Amino acid sequence: MTAPVAEERHTISVLVDNEPGVLARVIGLFSGRGYNIESLTVAEVDRGSSLSRITVVTTGTPMVIVQIKAQLSRLVPVRQVNDLTEENPHHIETELALVKIVASGEQRVEALRIADIFNARVDDTTLQSFVFRVAGTSETVDRFIDLMRALGETDIARTGVVAIARGADRT
Amino acid sequence: MSKDGLTGSEIVLRALVDQGVDTIFGYPGGAVLPIYDALFQQNSIKHVLVRQEGGAVHAAEGYARSTGKVGVVLVTSGPGATNAVTGLTDALMDSVPVVCLTGQVPTHLIGNDAFQEADTTGITRPCTKHNYLVKKMEDLPGVMHEAFHVARSGRPGPVVVDLPKDILQGIGAYQGPEKFSQTKYQPQIKGDLSQIEKAVDAIAKAKRPIFYCGGGVVNAGPRASQLLTEFVRLTGYPCTLTLMGLGAYPASDRQFLGMLGMHGTYEANLAMYNCDVMINIGARFDDRVTGKLDEFSPNSTKIHVDIDPSSINKNVSVDIPIIGDAGHVLEDMIKIWKARQCRPDKDALKDWWSTIEDWRGKNCLAYEPGAKVIKPQQALERLGAAIKGREDVFITTEVGQHQMWAAQFLPFDKPNHWMTSGGLGTMGYGLPAAMGVQVAHPDALVIDVAGEASILMNIQEMSTLAQYRLPVKVFILNNEYMGMVRQWQELLHGGRYSESYMESLPDFVKLAESFHAVGLRATKPDELDDVIGEMLEVDRPVIADIMVDKAENCFPMIPSGAAHNEMLLGPDDQVEKPISEEGMVLV
Repeated sequence: MTAPVAEERHTISVLVDNEPGVLARVIGLFSGRGYNIESLTVAEVDRGSSLSRITVVTTGTPMVIVQIKAQLSRLVPVRQVNDLTEENPHHIETELALVKIVASGEQRVEALRIADIFNARVDDTTLQSFVFRVAGTSETVDRFIDLMRALGETDIARTGVVAIARGADRT
Repeated sequence: MSKDGLTGSEIVLRALVDQGVDTIFGYPGGAVLPIYDALFQQNSIKHVLVRQEGGAVHAAEGYARSTGKVGVVLVTSGPGATNAVTGLTDALMDSVPVVCLTGQVPTHLIGNDAFQEADTTGITRPCTKHNYLVKKMEDLPGVMHEAFHVARSGRPGPVVVDLPKDILQGIGAYQGPEKFSQTKYQPQIKGDLSQIEKAVDAIAKAKRPIFYCGGGVVNAGPRASQLLTEFVRLTGYPCTLTLMGLGAYPASDRQFLGMLGMHGTYEANLAMYNCDVMINIGARFDDRVTGKLDEFSPNSTKIHVDIDPSSINKNVSVDIPIIGDAGHVLEDMIKIWKARQCRPDKDALKDWWSTIEDWRGKNCLAYEPGAKVIKPQQALERLGAAIKGREDVFITTEVGQHQMWAAQFLPFDKPNHWMTSGGLGTMGYGLPAAMGVQVAHPDALVIDVAGEASILMNIQEMSTLAQYRLPVKVFILNNEYMGMVRQWQELLHGGRYSESYMESLPDFVKLAESFHAVGLRATKPDELDDVIGEMLEVDRPVIADIMVDKAENCFPMIPSGAAHNEMLLGPDDQVEKPISEEGMVLV
């Protein structure tokens, strides 16, 4: 047996026609062929030409990553597939999270201090709770959430990753 | 036609006519009644009424594969659409261009669990190349034309157009295909020239080359098969074909090594294992072909020509990938070969051929002809002899042992004359497919080589044959077993024949007669030629029930999980090479 090939994490940006079922097609492709989805975001980005961008973060061996791109490209409503991890290693990736923490006393003060360090904004406050809005890489958001969890009961909503290439080149 | 425009149904039919459709296979129902009403009032399109929607899709596949045109299906909503799913999946796996029109409940009822409602686009999304739900009248003409474009372009496949009843009854304007010629779906047809040059270099320098070609050559049209034949002869190299590729290169040619893969010939599989340059044109390294991937052709430079980029590096890493249509790429390869005045390495080639001839000398398809009991191979050899030299013979098959024997023993010299369910392995494919072929070629001889188990899966289509006077010949190799299942149980499960026997079989002769067909039977070898002769003579549908050896297994065989050089040549080999546990879990 040959040694198992290491899995890589890739962020893939997919420009699609915004037509009914297109998201189901992409998700169905991943589940049907057993590919991983770490995160997936989608929204319309060009109303005039009715285009949406799907940003999907996936893991797989290099052979699987190539397959994922080829399989995506052959879907009829898919206009363009860009592997940002490969084409633009220093591309920008960000994620937004809304983090609710229920805490009191010293924990409440500590939560505010940490939020300040992470540049998180307070979107809602009661005497028992805060809702913070934090943005950054997935790792930053992970670290912020871990710290909040240590301070009290939490509720989390995350958007998943959106990404774009650096520089003047457009995808 | 109304004053203000056309009904949706009329638009659908106009689009079909403008797409060159003259025949559709279908079954009516509530949601498609408007189309059936419009069909009744026109003469351009012939409708063939099948007996179950599954039959309609296979018939369209047979029609498409024997003509190179798009096959068209018309079924109703709900069960009509769900019955079509197996055929659609079959067409997807074997890259057959099919457009399937499904009825749907009116748009305002979609999602309400209405009578005969099913989420057709949801159900068929993973089993079609693409699908559409038409929700706006103005989208209808464009969707119809795009559906045909998608079905036939690039790697062909099935496309579903789901048509709500209110759209079919609404009034709209028709637009012809010329308005939609520039669609966004434009797959790459021409191969990258620098890659093709690299490939020709490797081909010219090869010492132990082999052409390994598949259904992609057939799908690229008859010209691609001619070009393949020209190039193979120009080089003098050996050529093997996949199950789907049979006919792309003449089987009667000395350079042809037979089919490769699990039940392929010894010489083809060993040549694949030992080659130094593999020229794959339009085949997809299917698991039935490669066997154990780790040991697949370990020392070769692999060239892979495929129109579908996702076929490249999927199962096997290749050295020179070329994305493009088999015909175009072959044309470029021949041009470059000639321009560079390439000459194969004669001495190396001579050695290679002499090795191959040694393998061929094993005569791996040999069997013991029976004196009292008909061997299935013998039945097919006699059938092959009876049709030899005839240009107008089309063969379809069901799935199982008989299918492999048909592939091994019948001669295929031309493309588009062999239809079989390769990828999906759909029992019940052969009879409706033969029906579709016969509709497309009314005067041809169309034979469905069948097993007694498979044929029962779509036996209702015998009734369609009678209605349209389609003289299809059903040649049943009857061993009273699901033969391939029984063979695997013998090899892998200690001979415990769990549910693989066929009890209470119908009397196929009487069954034929009850369907207004001719029923024939052969039980002894000396009856074979007479039955075959009579079957070919009769100008009506025939079921020939050939009672064959119940215990015969299909050899040669690469057991699952084994490599090409670990073939079993016959029953005696079985004992020596037990099947690994790793292989047992594979299908």
